[in-house]
Amino acid sequence: MSLFEIKNAKKSFGDLQVLNDISISVDEGEVVAIIGPSGGGKSTLLRCATMLERMDSGTLTYLGEDAARPDGAGGITYASPADLKRITGYFGLVFQNFNLFPHYSVLKNITDAPICVQKRDKSEVMKVAADLIRKMGLEGKEDYYPQQLSGGQQQRVAIARALAMNPQILFFDEPTSALDPELTAEILRVIRGLAKEKMTMVIVTHEMSFAKDVADRVVFMDGGYIVEQGRPEDVLVNPKEERTQRFLDRFSN
Amino acid sequence: MDLTNFMSICSQIMGGFGRTLLIFFITLIFSMPLGLLVARGRMSSVTLVKRLVQVIISILRGTPLMLQLIVVFYGPYFIFGSKLSSSWRMMAVMIGFSINYAAYFGEIFRAGFEAVPPGQLEAARVLGYSKIQTYWKITFPQMCKRVIPPVTNEVITLVKDTSLAFALAYTEMFTLAKQIAAAQSNIAPLFVAGLFYYIFNFVVAWIMELIEKKLGYYN
Ligand SMILES: Nc1ncnc2c1ncn2[C@@H]1O[C@H](COP(=O)(O)OP(=O)(O)OP(=O)(O)O)[C@@H](O)[C@H]1O
Ligand SMILES: [Mg+2]
Repeated sequence: MSLFEIKNAKKSFGDLQVLNDISISVDEGEVVAIIGPSGGGKSTLLRCATMLERMDSGTLTYLGEDAARPDGAGGITYASPADLKRITGYFGLVFQNFNLFPHYSVLKNITDAPICVQKRDKSEVMKVAADLIRKMGLEGKEDYYPQQLSGGQQQRVAIARALAMNPQILFFDEPTSALDPELTAEILRVIRGLAKEKMTMVIVTHEMSFAKDVADRVVFMDGGYIVEQGRPEDVLVNPKEERTQRFLDRFSN
Repeated sequence: MDLTNFMSICSQIMGGFGRTLLIFFITLIFSMPLGLLVARGRMSSVTLVKRLVQVIISILRGTPLMLQLIVVFYGPYFIFGSKLSSSWRMMAVMIGFSINYAAYFGEIFRAGFEAVPPGQLEAARVLGYSKIQTYWKITFPQMCKRVIPPVTNEVITLVKDTSLAFALAYTEMFTLAKQIAAAQSNIAPLFVAGLFYYIFNFVVAWIMELIEKKLGYYN
C-alpha cells in the first residue's frame, strides 16, 4: 500500500488549467524529486497534496484514508473536518521561504504545535525537540528568534518544526531556492541525512545533481502534466521525452 | 497668577480630571475589543456583512464625534420617548466614544491583520492549528506589533477628544476648566487644563513606547 497517493488530480485557476489529471503515489521510505520548468504546476501539486489548495477533482489518500474523493458527479468531496485534522497529522511541509513564526523562539517554533495541536506530553516534546535541535546543528540557538538566524539556519528550524510532528511523509517546495549556494549545500546535507534514515519525502527542486543522488524517483512536470517519471539515471541522463531533454539542456548551461 | 491661586485651580480641575480619565479608560477598554470585531466584520467573506460594516465605519469616521455623542444621548428620547437621566448622560458619553473609536481601531487592526504574510496562515494550517488557535497564537500577536504606531496616534487623540464630552454637558476636565475660567473671568484655568492634557499625553506616549519595546522582542 502506498503511503501517499493523489489520483486524477485536476486544478485550475480561472481559465488556466494548472494540474491536468495528475496521478502519483509514494511508498514508504521513498524519496521522490519533482522537477520541471517554472509554472509547470509543481507547487500547486504540493499545495493540493497538503490541502492548502482544494482540487477541482481527483482523489487524495494518505495511509489508505481518503482525504478527498470524487463525488460521483464530476466534482470532489473532502472528508469531515475531524478526519482532515487527523490526516493533516500524517504530513509535513517545508516552504521555500520557511514561514517560521517570527514572534516565537526557535524552541517554541518547534514545540508549540506538538504540544498545542497534538496535545502531546510537554516533557516528551521537549526531549524530541532537543534531539532535533542537535541533529539540525542548532544547539545554543533555542532562544533565538528567526530573524536572528541565517537563511540556512531558519530552514533547518523549519525542517525541525515539521519533523517534531512525527509526520509519515514530508513535502519540500524548493527548500533551497531562497538560499545562497553555501547555505544550499547545508540544507541538502540535512535532507540527504533524512533520506538515509528512510524518511519518506517529496521534494520539488531545481538542484539536478542533488535529485540524481538522493531521489529514488524523479518526476518531470510541465504544463500541468507529468511528462515522464522514473529512476533518476533514466529521467535525468537518458530521458525518453524530448521535453525533458530540452529542460535538462537548458539547465546544464 | 500666584502660587496659591494656581494650586487652587489645580485642585478644582482635579475633580474633572477623574472624569476625563474615566472616559479615557472606559473608551479604551470597550473600543479595542469592539475594534477587533469590526476588523473581523470588515474582513468577512460574507459580502453583506463586509459592506454593512464598511458603511458603518464610513459614517462613524465621516461625521463629527460631537454629533455622534448628541445622537447617542438624545436617541432614546426621540425613539422611545424615554426620560434622559443624568446617569444616562455619562453612559451616552462612554457609548459614543467607544463606538467611534472602535471604528478607527477596527480599520487599524484590519490593516494590521492584512499585513501578516499569508505564509504564516499556511504554515499554521499545515501544522494543524485550528482557526481559533491560528488567530490568537499566530496572527493576533503579529498584528499587535504592527499596529502600535497608529494605535498610539489614536490614543493620543483620544486624550484630547475626551474634552468633546462637554457637548453633553458632562463636566470632565475641560468643561470644568471653562466653567472656572468664566466664573473667575480668567483664562488661567484653561491653561492649567492644557498642561494637564499635555502631561497626560506625555505619560501615554511613554507607556506606548514601553509597549512597543516589549513587543519588539523579535526583529
Ligand atoms: N493562487 C493562484 N491564482 C492564480 N494562478 C495561480 C495561483 N497559484 C498558481 N497559479 C498559476 O499556476 C501556474 C502553476 O504555478 P505553480 O506555482 O504550481 O508552478 P511551479 O511549477 O511551482 O513553478 P515555479 O518553479 O516557478 O515555482 C502558474 O502559471 C501560476 O501563475
Ligand atoms: Mg513553485
